[in-house]
Amino acid sequence: MAQLLQHLINGLAAGTIYALVALGYTMVYGVLKLINFAHGDVMMVGVYMGYATAIGLGRQAQSSLWGVALIFAAAMLGCALLGFFIERFAYRPLREKPRLTALITAIGISFALSYGFQLDLGFKLPLPGGYELSLALPGASPRAFPEIIRPTEWLIIGDRDVVIWNWQVISFLIALGLMLVLQYLVYRTRFGRAMRAVSWDHRVAALMGIPTDRVIALTFMLSSALAAGAGLLYAIKDTSVSPLMGLYVGLKAFVAAVIGGIGNVPGAVVGGLVLGLVEEFVVGYAASTWRDAVAFGFLILVLLVKPGGLFGRVAAEKV
Amino acid sequence: MSEQVKTLGERRSFPGLLTVEGLKVQYGAIQALRGVSLQVGQGEVVALIGANGAGKTSTLRAVSGMLKPSAGRITLGSRDITGLKAHQMVPLGMAHAPEGRGIFPNLTVQENLELGAYLRSDTAEIQVDMEKNFTLFPVLKERRRQMAGTLSGGEQQMLAIARALLSRPKLLLLDEPSLGLAPQVTETIFRTLRDVNAAGVSVLLVEQNAHLALNAAHYGYVLETGEVVMAGPGKALLDSAEVRRAYLGE
Ligand SMILES: Nc1ncnc2c1ncn2[C@@H]1O[C@H](COP(=O)(O)OP(=O)(O)O)[C@@H](O)[C@H]1O
Ligand SMILES: [Mg+2]
Repeated sequence: MAQLLQHLINGLAAGTIYALVALGYTMVYGVLKLINFAHGDVMMVGVYMGYATAIGLGRQAQSSLWGVALIFAAAMLGCALLGFFIERFAYRPLREKPRLTALITAIGISFALSYGFQLDLGFKLPLPGGYELSLALPGASPRAFPEIIRPTEWLIIGDRDVVIWNWQVISFLIALGLMLVLQYLVYRTRFGRAMRAVSWDHRVAALMGIPTDRVIALTFMLSSALAAGAGLLYAIKDTSVSPLMGLYVGLKAFVAAVIGGIGNVPGAVVGGLVLGLVEEFVVGYAASTWRDAVAFGFLILVLLVKPGGLFGRVAAEKV
Repeated sequence: MSEQVKTLGERRSFPGLLTVEGLKVQYGAIQALRGVSLQVGQGEVVALIGANGAGKTSTLRAVSGMLKPSAGRITLGSRDITGLKAHQMVPLGMAHAPEGRGIFPNLTVQENLELGAYLRSDTAEIQVDMEKNFTLFPVLKERRRQMAGTLSGGEQQMLAIARALLSRPKLLLLDEPSLGLAPQVTETIFRTLRDVNAAGVSVLLVEQNAHLALNAAHYGYVLETGEVVMAGPGKALLDSAEVRRAYLGE
């Protein structure tokens, strides 16, 4: 029983992270009908931005409240900007071209980021006063992600039957908070209405006076920022960061989005939670080597039974 | 190409609003419009009739900026609006209820209506217009919390028109409002159209149902394979032997 509770907690913590990344796939798919294969790699870049900020702050400051806030803000804003540029210069010129063109471009950006970040390139710029600015790509090997949330056991039940760590709770709350903000944005604001209209039919949305290009750009920025936040939570959990993490986490989150029904916002959240729980229970009760196989097996199972995903309506696809 | 247009009768004079000159539209190799010219005056209802594939929808799409014409000039009031994007036309007083209604079925009726007023910030006035719309179409008020996709065809058409009116347009472009509707529903919609026009909104109405459209219109144009072939007051067109033979099945 205690073990079950522990797995439930771990699964939910992992699931909310998948959900945040999955939301990005789903929102971009919603407005562009594009599977943004670079999404996970944008997340990875965000994690490095957070990493650089943490290193820059130093050991003391990085784990203070404002330090953590600054790390998240830097990663999320930096990623929003990256998302903006990718949309503006890579996807927008292909908007009226066949869908496959944009898809291949997305895969290209994904590879450019995940392999580009493995290069050993860098330079140092001397600054006045003896300082120097050094800019470098991180290189291929994974790095330890600083403990910006010093691990403390917050709750221990029984003889260490259940242990809940502070970072698990904080991570869960941050993820939940981001999802609630998003939920509010999408379903309660003028921008969210415009976004849902664009996602149904951007040509008709333009007839309402909605500047569809701007809505699409903002959607990219929003989903990239969410990915950066999720990526940091993942790096805190995993205590490491590497250029290939985007491919792995991105793929898992994509699976979550498809399980929930791609294009469906609540579906992405449920898909992420379900995937996180399924993986955790497989690792807990079977073997960790089965984790990925079960994740993809579960995807196939869902698609066999409900081809549109748990929340998708295949028949309701627009005509 | 105006020299080839057969014009019947006298046009009642209205102050100018929309002028389309030599409009051409191309879909890849297909030339859908080969130089269409037409006018809509302030307060006028103008019908554009023609067979399936004649280019009616393409004309409306080019006028509202949904697609870019390959040649021609479009002016609204005194302003050249050729090549503007659709979302830039809305604040100039253009509203387009597109073919197939184009409502957002994934949004509630209320949200659809609010999107019609997307660019307006006069909250109190929007509320007034919203109520006006509900008077025109009481069924929308009853269903305002429902997903728009659950409405019947006629209700969706009413929603499309109501939504278009919420931008407070000078010119309303309507593409086949009677398509697929029962006769009584069509009648309701056309009755409302008269009220809307009486309130000062100009209408460019596209219809395959020529009888219905020409009866409702001050003036009409007949489109054939991307060209205007005939023009005249609604009644005059209705009385013409050619129109009766080609479009009214007589
Ligand atoms: N998106 C499109 N792509 C290619 N051809 C089109 C497209 N839309 C319309 N057409 C062609 O343009 C011509 C005019 O079509 P349309 O404007 O829809 O006519 P109408 O509304 O009078 O039925 C037709 O020959 C039609 O096949
Ligand atoms: Mg048509």
